[in-house]
Amino acid sequence: MTDRPIKILIAKPGLDGHDRGAKVLARGLRDEGFEVVYTGLRQTPEMIASASLQEDVDVVGLSILSGAHMTLLPRICTLIREAGLDDVLVTAGGIIPDDDVPALKAAGVAAVFGPGTTIGEVATFIRANVRPRD
Amino acid sequence: MGEDRVARAPAVGADPLTRATELAAAAVAGDRHALARLLTAIENRTPVAEAALRQLYPTGGRAHLVGITGPPGAGKSTLVAALIAEVRAAGRTVAVVAVDPSSPITGGAILGDRVRMQAYAADRDVFIRSMAARGHAGGLASTTGAACSVLDAVGFDLILVETVGTGQSEVEVASSADTTVVLEAPEMGDEVQAIKAGLLEVADLVVVNKGDRPGAQRTAAQLRAMLVAAPVVGADPADAGRPRPKRPDVLITTAATGEGVPELLAALDRHRAGLTRAPTEDGAPTAARLARADAQVRAILADRIADRLRVAPLADDAAATLRAVAEHRVDPFTAADRLLAAIGREIAS
Repeated sequence: MTDRPIKILIAKPGLDGHDRGAKVLARGLRDEGFEVVYTGLRQTPEMIASASLQEDVDVVGLSILSGAHMTLLPRICTLIREAGLDDVLVTAGGIIPDDDVPALKAAGVAAVFGPGTTIGEVATFIRANVRPRD
Repeated sequence: MGEDRVARAPAVGADPLTRATELAAAAVAGDRHALARLLTAIENRTPVAEAALRQLYPTGGRAHLVGITGPPGAGKSTLVAALIAEVRAAGRTVAVVAVDPSSPITGGAILGDRVRMQAYAADRDVFIRSMAARGHAGGLASTTGAACSVLDAVGFDLILVETVGTGQSEVEVASSADTTVVLEAPEMGDEVQAIKAGLLEVADLVVVNKGDRPGAQRTAAQLRAMLVAAPVVGADPADAGRPRPKRPDVLITTAATGEGVPELLAALDRHRAGLTRAPTEDGAPTAARLARADAQVRAILADRIADRLRVAPLADDAAATLRAVAEHRVDPFTAADRLLAAIGREIAS
């Protein structure tokens, strides 16, 4: 089924009060034809995993600027896998040093989008990597 | 990873009936992932969805379906969140279907109702699902009713359906819910607004939210004066079949603080109790449920007819008939009768 819209959850994990970037991305992906579930600020890994499951999203997009990515993102990946969502693509964006990217990828983050990434690049990556569903 | 998925549920592309049976059984047993997958199948109108609904529908009918509608920004999502808190405090389970509009240009959507409800994301007895309207007018998605049927069948006590922000005439929710709540914000209009036909007419309860704002009491008073004055028809048994305006109670809430929400839940329960005291004869379904059945079956009928006309052997006949109508050689009524007769012959053969 490729004609159905791709559904993505955009979440801001942890204690980080800046969601302008997440909202711009949400809006941009809407314009790319995605169905974007926006959950708002200060989400715990448990809340994100549970929302991903209930919404049955294809993609989880995590926006994080606080520096806590090495703690929160692997934890979210673990919870998502434990919930059985092994066909969900997890992506991240925000302020994440290049040195941390390999470890995050090993933890299950499919892509890390840093500052300067265009919405089109994000959409293209997701379309190319989203897992098939029925 | 692929092996894991196969082990948990039949692989993508498996026989729809097999997959539907597995998903339905798992969802009824409390597997929230299976439930979420079923809802996706319903949204995408796959063969799995139809097979699952055939199996699940007979076990439904116990949930109280409450529709919550009103203009954008009136506080629908915040009120739903406040109701979740109240319902959970009472030990009941609750599912939410929150509908937001799809872009008519790109098909994309921002599903933002969850923002207000995320505090309950990790509560197992709360299930929140966002749905994009996907081009359907009327305040809901075309598959919202089917989604509610599944949530009902898996055993949620209460199902809250939040519509897209509505204007004056998106009344579809009334034929999808047992109880329809129309939300208003203070100072949104005068008494003439309150007597206009449309949304307020389908309300079982009218709620003036943002009750802490100036003007809330006055707005509620104006609505009460206009809505409660609706004349009662139907007291004469001969009038029983005639459509009659409802006489909704008007409540004031401040959803952000929870003020008035216990009273709203009590009013919802009272309305439901009134519905289940069968008004006509023992065990007869309520008007709301008959209306829902009517809407569901009609929608499927329309789909079935459209499907028949899209494929062989009727597709060519249908195309030729449409062309004849376009060229004014045949009128549209004759054309419709002709195609209906062809479908009848096709079904009989």
